[in-house]
Amino acid sequence: MATFELINIALLGILVATAIVITRMRALYGAVMLAALFSLVSASMFVLLDAVDVAFTEAAVGAGISTVLFLTTLAITRSREAQTPRRRVLPASLGALFTGGMLLYASQDLPGFGTADSPVQEHPITHTYLEESQHEIGVPNTVTSVLASYRGFDTLGELAVIFTAGVAVLLILTYLPRQSEEAERAALLLTDYPVLRVVSTILMPFILVFAFYVQFHGDYGPGGGFQAGVIVAAGFVLYGLVFGLDSGRRVMPRRVLLALVPLGLLLYAGVGVVNMLLGGSFLEYGTLNLHHPEEGQHIGILLIELGVGVTVAAVLTVVFFAFAGRRVPR
Amino acid sequence: MLDVATGVLLAIGCVFVVSGGLGVLRMPDFYTRIHAAGLTDSAGATFILLGLLLQAPDWGVGVRLVLIVLFMLLTGPTATHVLAQAGRKDNVHIWHAGEKRR
Repeated sequence: MATFELINIALLGILVATAIVITRMRALYGAVMLAALFSLVSASMFVLLDAVDVAFTEAAVGAGISTVLFLTTLAITRSREAQTPRRRVLPASLGALFTGGMLLYASQDLPGFGTADSPVQEHPITHTYLEESQHEIGVPNTVTSVLASYRGFDTLGELAVIFTAGVAVLLILTYLPRQSEEAERAALLLTDYPVLRVVSTILMPFILVFAFYVQFHGDYGPGGGFQAGVIVAAGFVLYGLVFGLDSGRRVMPRRVLLALVPLGLLLYAGVGVVNMLLGGSFLEYGTLNLHHPEEGQHIGILLIELGVGVTVAAVLTVVFFAFAGRRVPR
Repeated sequence: MLDVATGVLLAIGCVFVVSGGLGVLRMPDFYTRIHAAGLTDSAGATFILLGLLLQAPDWGVGVRLVLIVLFMLLTGPTATHVLAQAGRKDNVHIWHAGEKRR
């Protein structure tokens, strides 16, 4: 127990130190790298709390793809933080202190770490999720049954948020002029690193196979559509960075990507509509197989996870290519 | 016997990781620092994972550990190489004895 607490304290210390250094830093490239470190350390904390699915998402999204997106954003803007005028520092810090104080005050009402009589432990829904989900849904990974079946409607909402964010980014970036091909090539110097090209060629199939493993093994272990989508997108981003944006666009044409963005969301919602046509309620997967509702649950979860994966991968890839191909007129 | 071997391998790995971290703080310039950082990834992680490999309860875990070692051995040096190459392209000069540390 003492070791566990020591590791937790050390990780929390690194987390706080990283956060403080990020706020003091003016060079934004360094701040982005430290933000990736922050995500990685929080992912380690989630692993210690046995929340492997969350840790996986945090590592893939926070440390992986969002770092790349931040870097491509910095490439089209300035990479140094502007000095805040002194008269604006005081009200802002007062606001920050007030918010922080309120959060600290509110945290007094949270149950103690790991207490047995917290609502999470005592509420009957915990029993339903942990015990009965094995009969009702039959998926070994309880996180997947909660995320995809019991709370499938929430996950549909999350996917709609990602879809909306992707559409919003594309709408904004369409107004920025496209870079000329020479400027594009100069901006992405990675294309003339032969070693990087060879290693990426070796790794690419493994990245994609791993993505499919995460996608379809999510019922049995940590993983699922969100993580798999991010890994696929990371593979395409790596390809685009190393082999040039043109080759990236040849592998994944923009038109196909743009079609895939809504396709995943439609697949997810479509499963719900089919459930209604079969006489159940929205997203009641059991109706997919009338004789074995459990089989129906399996098919439903597989389909909606696929929808999640397709939309997440398409949104992230299309956002990266949109960022990397633009510049800001100065 | 196996436990002793694991302990020795873990200790060697820890020495590499700590000396790598120390090197990043103490080395005088960019190139020597990434050399130290690369040590953490390749030598440190490899020895730690080899130590864990001796404790693998079954083939599945062992194969996964070997794959992780191969992955680290492939990506770590590549990252160091790309960093050094980028520094060279950016005209970062190599440090010579007697100069001020950068």
